[in-house]
Amino acid sequence: MIIFGVALLSICMLIGVIVGDALGGLMGVEANVGGVGVSMLLLVLAVDYLKKKNKLQVKSEEGIAFWGGIYIPIVVAMSAQQNVVAALDGGGMAILAGVLVVVVGFLSIPFISRIGEKAKVKEQEIELSILPKEQIK
Amino acid sequence: MMNMIKEGLENNGLITAFAIIGIVMYIAYFLSDKLTKGRVHGSAIAIMFGLILAYIGGVNTGGEKGISDIQLFSGIGLMGGGMLRDFAIIATAFGANFSEVKKTGISGITALFFGVFYSFVIGVIIALCFGYRDPVALTTIGGGAVTYIVGPVSGTAIGASSDVIALSIAVGLIKSISVMILTPIFAKKIKLNNPRTAMIYGGIMGTTSGVAAGLAATDVKLVPYGAMTATFYTGLGCLLVPSILFLLTEIIF
Repeated sequence: MIIFGVALLSICMLIGVIVGDALGGLMGVEANVGGVGVSMLLLVLAVDYLKKKNKLQVKSEEGIAFWGGIYIPIVVAMSAQQNVVAALDGGGMAILAGVLVVVVGFLSIPFISRIGEKAKVKEQEIELSILPKEQIK
Repeated sequence: MMNMIKEGLENNGLITAFAIIGIVMYIAYFLSDKLTKGRVHGSAIAIMFGLILAYIGGVNTGGEKGISDIQLFSGIGLMGGGMLRDFAIIATAFGANFSEVKKTGISGITALFFGVFYSFVIGVIIALCFGYRDPVALTTIGGGAVTYIVGPVSGTAIGASSDVIALSIAVGLIKSISVMILTPIFAKKIKLNNPRTAMIYGGIMGTTSGVAAGLAATDVKLVPYGAMTATFYTGLGCLLVPSILFLLTEIIF
């Protein structure tokens, strides 16, 4: 049933949000730390597990897929309730700082990407040298 | 008659929102197809429309929640609010490949720390250029350049004045909006077309709404990867800005 998928998604989100709040509390931070990330991991693990056990029906999957599919309209609704007026009221300084941060961010992505890539190659080399061949496959 | 229609729409706010957003998206995709031959993504145009509606709403009501402050459109507030947004983001993870996430782990974390740090520094530099010298104000504005949540949270923690806090929120909002608008423009140049780059992008930009909309306007398949790192960003910012970064700012200035 479709509701099973929706319920699974809901349970993952609730656990994730609670974990994220708890993590924020532990760190002494007034924010949810990684709640959405934890929820996503839970969902992927749960779906993976259920699929292996053949317990996830196509109908249940539709309950999850629907919400993924409605993502863009939700984001459009989100953008329609941004405080655009306050943003522009911040004046030249806010606009300059906000835009500059984003532009520099974009320009730095290829560099950060390269740093990680080198580390990744090294890691793989180590893995290759340590693990016997069967395990790599 | 008009009143009856208005009441009907207002009493079914969320449904009205589905209808309105659906129409906005139809127009956006139509324009994308006819005017730009698909070069500008329909969702990018729809998000621009959303921002314009938000501006109109803000000017007309003086409220903080864009178009949703107008009673007739209040359902848009629920539809695009944090709860449903996060729900939909999580749902996009269905079908995502999480061995990619593991592979990019280290660069993702690097991107997170780098993202918070450089945003803060740029915020501080701009604040300096505009004549701020007090470390509390500099830190708060720097925090705003991280996200519009980090700014006020840090500012409150270190005792910034309310006008500085308001300014830090404005910086964060402009950042978020710029990410929405600029992502589809920069996407090709920075090769934002794979899970790995999406994770790094999420870690560097960090603003959840910006990343959510930016990736929606680029390629929806990348959403879970970008959201994955971005979800840690505000928390990390709230942790680093009022502590280490504030201390550093105090020492330097």
